[in-house]
Amino acid sequence: MTAAVSKLLVKPWIWSYFGALLVWLAAIFLTRGYGAGGMVTAALSLAVFMVVVGVGQMFVISLGPGNVDLSLPANIGLASAVAMKVMAGDDGLVAIGLLAALFCGLAIGTVNYLLIWALRIPPIIATLSASFIIQSIDIGFGRGLQIKPPPGFADFTNIQILGIPVLAILTVLFTAGAGVALQRTAYGRSVLAIGQNMRAARLAGIRVGLVRLATYALSGALGGLDGALLAGYFRGANVDIGNEYLLTSIAVVVIGGTSVAGGKSNVPGIWGAALFLVLLLTMLNTFGVSAGVRLLLTGLIIVGVITAAGGDKALD
Amino acid sequence: MTITMPAAGEPAVRTMAKLKTQRLLRALLPTLSLALVLIAIAALNPRAISYFGFTLMLNLAIPIALATIAQMFVIAGNDLDLSIGPFVGFVGCVTATWLRDTPLVGILMLLGCIGVYAAVGALIYLRNLPSIVVTLGMSFVWQGLAILLLPKPGGRAPDWLLATMGTKPPLVPFPILAALLIAAVAYFGLMRTSYGAILRGSGGNSVAIARAGWSLLKAKMALFALTGLFGVLSGLALIGITTSADANIGNGYTLLSIAGVILGGGEFVGGRVSPVGAVIGALTLALAASPLLTFMHIPPDWQVAANGAILIVVLAARLLVSPKGAER
Repeated sequence: MTAAVSKLLVKPWIWSYFGALLVWLAAIFLTRGYGAGGMVTAALSLAVFMVVVGVGQMFVISLGPGNVDLSLPANIGLASAVAMKVMAGDDGLVAIGLLAALFCGLAIGTVNYLLIWALRIPPIIATLSASFIIQSIDIGFGRGLQIKPPPGFADFTNIQILGIPVLAILTVLFTAGAGVALQRTAYGRSVLAIGQNMRAARLAGIRVGLVRLATYALSGALGGLDGALLAGYFRGANVDIGNEYLLTSIAVVVIGGTSVAGGKSNVPGIWGAALFLVLLLTMLNTFGVSAGVRLLLTGLIIVGVITAAGGDKALD
Repeated sequence: MTITMPAAGEPAVRTMAKLKTQRLLRALLPTLSLALVLIAIAALNPRAISYFGFTLMLNLAIPIALATIAQMFVIAGNDLDLSIGPFVGFVGCVTATWLRDTPLVGILMLLGCIGVYAAVGALIYLRNLPSIVVTLGMSFVWQGLAILLLPKPGGRAPDWLLATMGTKPPLVPFPILAALLIAAVAYFGLMRTSYGAILRGSGGNSVAIARAGWSLLKAKMALFALTGLFGVLSGLALIGITTSADANIGNGYTLLSIAGVILGGGEFVGGRVSPVGAVIGALTLALAASPLLTFMHIPPDWQVAANGAILIVVLAARLLVSPKGAER
């Protein structure tokens, strides 16, 4: 029993759940138990969007130092507009709209990697430059776009079973699949191998370029999907809809126990970290603290959590 | 024997020479990019190439150059500071409020900020934390403090600061003089002093530096404190130009500063940075960001895209000179 507990405690992702639980308990204590269940429901619905982009970002970060996708916010914004335009408020076109958003993101991810590969520039700069261009396309494309999502789709992003959003259940299944893909498939193993040592991975016969291309494309596609879902949930596309996901997508990955040095990733931690961040923001919002205090506390708590969880000692 | 000797030696000499040219080209690249942007501006609007033209166009380049140098110090130690933008904004808010009203408190606060930076460096080193996350958290902290201090845009820069930033030296525009000074100070400090070599070494080969008996903790703290110092200078310069502050005023600086360092020939790992290149990179970005686009009559919708495209083009130029096979 104690062995099991101590084994659980060394898992890097346990801390993010621990943090989420702590924040939730603090919130319940401070609101005297009022709305504790509702808070979980709301947190789950919002965490979904962080988890979907977080998984994409995690695969990218796993590729090793310097790999990060900064184009996600712009990608989400454009995909949300594309999805709404294709769906055109018609329930029959939901599937096509989702596919369109997915392919829009996939194309962005592919372009990202082509920039990195062809120009040999660091991913951080390549995806940043790409995001500027995507943002402009979105401004031009989405100007005055006031299309509401199809009612069926909007409802779908909001339905709950026993207080648990259906979207969250689906996302849990998706993350489980992502975990299997990362740990048990040739592709996932290749990503981790590249993250540990790109040269060794290449010499071992892994087609490094192809795997990296697939990873950036995957991150892009997940960003696109997230954009469509966000547009459904918030009932409309918006250029700024993805803005907060620049920092949160990185934060959930790292707080969740994935090493920024690459090659060591953690899928369950993403959920814990996303719930932690959402609950934290919800808690601070319910007290009506000012924006300044909320930001200050969010920052201090992120630093606090990462300090408590500690860095990785194995890979250095 | 006497014939084979030079035959074996010759390729080695040639490779050495080739390496030297490559290194030279690499060092010249930031300058070439800057020249290219300047030529484009001159072609589009010849009147911009004048004393007043440069003063106007490059004014905002001073805080950007200072923020880029700040970022360069952390990058030299294999870290990344994602909080420099909000930090510059916070310093701006302090400058426009406390530093003007009660200078002593203002100065203490700014010194405290540098101390916080050193402490963040110590935390990152002692707990072996990823700097991206810690500074990400700190970016929220600085932003929150800035909003608490100045919920609405306002305040006013101290008069001495306005006077300094408004200096009109004879012949050479002030921003160019300032850029030269910044580049010179950073270059001699980091590249020409013995402790500067230790600092760069802590990023290049930390084990070797530790074995040689130097404290890596102190090196990391020094690098972060220098980042804080130049961040403070950047905030001061920015407010000296804009005259009043806003909590979000520095937010764009995080990415600009990283791009400037890379444009200037720095690398994310290995302690390889170039202070002179970083300043030139910052000037290029500042010029390419707004004056060039204004002269090209790019519609506002596409200005952001043009920014991105210019960044890509300028960085693509590195392809022409950097050796093949370098992996990222």
